[in-house]
Amino acid sequence: MFAFNVTKRIFINLFTRPATLMYPVVKREFTRNTRGKIEMNIEGCVFCGICQKKCPTKAISVNRADQKWEIERLKCVTCGYCVEACPKKCLSMSNEYCEPAVSKDKEVFANARVLDNATNS
Amino acid sequence: MSEKQEFKSITIDKLVSTVKELSAKGYRLVQISCTKLDENMQLNYSFDKDYEFLNLKLDVGKDAQLPSVSDIYWSALLYENEIHDLFGLSIEGMAIDFKGNLYKTAVKTPFGNC
Amino acid sequence: MSRRTIIPFGPQHPVLPEPIHLDLVMEDEKVVEAIPSIGFVHRGLEKLVEKKDFIEYIYVAERICGICSFMHGMGYSQAIEQIMNIEVPERAVFLRTIWAEFSRLHSHLLWLGLLADAFGFENLFMNCWRVREKILDIIEETTGGRVIFGSCKVGGVRKDIDPVTLKRIDKLLAELEKEIKDISNVFMNEYTVKRRLVGVGVLSKEDAHVLGAVGPMMRASGIAQDMRNLGYGAYSKLEFEPITRTNGDSYDRCAVRIDELFQSISLIRQAVDKIPEGPVDVKVTGNPDGEYFARLEQPRGEVVYYIKGNGTKFLDRVRVRTPTFANVPALLKLLQGCDFADVPILILTIDPCISCTER
Repeated sequence: MFAFNVTKRIFINLFTRPATLMYPVVKREFTRNTRGKIEMNIEGCVFCGICQKKCPTKAISVNRADQKWEIERLKCVTCGYCVEACPKKCLSMSNEYCEPAVSKDKEVFANARVLDNATNS
Repeated sequence: MSEKQEFKSITIDKLVSTVKELSAKGYRLVQISCTKLDENMQLNYSFDKDYEFLNLKLDVGKDAQLPSVSDIYWSALLYENEIHDLFGLSIEGMAIDFKGNLYKTAVKTPFGNC
Repeated sequence: MSRRTIIPFGPQHPVLPEPIHLDLVMEDEKVVEAIPSIGFVHRGLEKLVEKKDFIEYIYVAERICGICSFMHGMGYSQAIEQIMNIEVPERAVFLRTIWAEFSRLHSHLLWLGLLADAFGFENLFMNCWRVREKILDIIEETTGGRVIFGSCKVGGVRKDIDPVTLKRIDKLLAELEKEIKDISNVFMNEYTVKRRLVGVGVLSKEDAHVLGAVGPMMRASGIAQDMRNLGYGAYSKLEFEPITRTNGDSYDRCAVRIDELFQSISLIRQAVDKIPEGPVDVKVTGNPDGEYFARLEQPRGEVVYYIKGNGTKFLDRVRVRTPTFANVPALLKLLQGCDFADVPILILTIDPCISCTER
């Protein structure tokens, strides 16, 4: 019985694919819902600072004067509360994980919007 | 969905005798917790028997001396040491007294004094 | 008359994923007494409630522990909902139940893997975790996170499961059931496994009661108490019986957890069948004022969430009594008189989760 079990297992393992992915060659597919990282569409942002207030880990900082929106990726726990709270719906959750980092940098999104009454000269 | 929960207020001197009674009736000790109120501390001793939840409420001052119930329920020693370490209440006669070393906190009694 | 020696065990040890320290008082090869020392990962999460409002605290509650994450969030929101008299939509309740059972599945499989690893059966460990991976995939697909679900909130749930995925879950369960049967066969009948587990660390029914053991620990000793019988979530509409064994040794604790795997599969199946249509959340207005003890059955046992609100958006107190905290006294009892070589197995059979314990 024991020998039979072992042989069966060996055959199953020989003819099934490995459970793991050959990572760098085969990329993992993320599901639609995966909470990967926070994406920012800076054009819609009005720098109200609600996301900064709601963020449980204080990863987001908003500077209204300089029109800057910053996120510290290593602090962010991708809970998605900012996405829920955003009144302009310019924050979204992307299903790709963010790149690995070697230092605690802030990703800065600066407003490049040209004001309506400014001249394009 | 809501579960019936019985709350009973008692005083310090009746604590040990009440717990003894409950233990004789076959109740299981669920937990002991402490809450810091404005003036004093509130202790909750929770028991359970066949899904019946019973809670003893005890209001004590901040520097009160509490008797230990770990003679009756040995498992109470962890809860009592926790309350001693985090809230700074002194409890007498714990089965194992860690003398404030159960939780290695940087601040002494972090939940009690600030 | 033999001499007594003290052997320190932990905080770093191959079987311990998290730090707990035990001073083992030894007489030859036998343990006479064990003195625990916890508090290496105390983070003061209960204190943090003074800084976070009650809606926001759910993110903290979910991160108390990685493995029973969802049920921490569920316990916290149940307590708040009870205080504020929020009627959670039926569909949300069913979804919560499905996810709770999935998290039980993945926690028990993780534990089985760790147990196999602790007695040196590396291959079995890999097999358990391979099955677990499928559960994690379905969890990721439905909630967005692999272990931190983040889908529970006060007043309902954040995500809905569409009918197509529900059907897929049904299919997946059949697959899982087959694979878990294979694994359980090894755990229950293999000679080597039995030699390490049968008769090791017997906890009698009386001891389990007096020491306040909870969960599989208690049920393996013959006490049929399962907090799901309280009827929270959708459990009152589903059929199940608490699983018990009578011997109270390591083998029985393992058997209880394996049987609970099948129980969870059956519960998910029933929930998927009975899930009603409708909204998944309600709007929460006002602030909690009052107190409540929410009791839930986590994979490791009963968790107690005590919440006291004072009518502002900051709560007075959140107190979490986690199952491992209640099981530690029982562990100390088990260790008295056991062989030194069995200590790792015994520590593992209470399914220790130290981060939970210390919060």
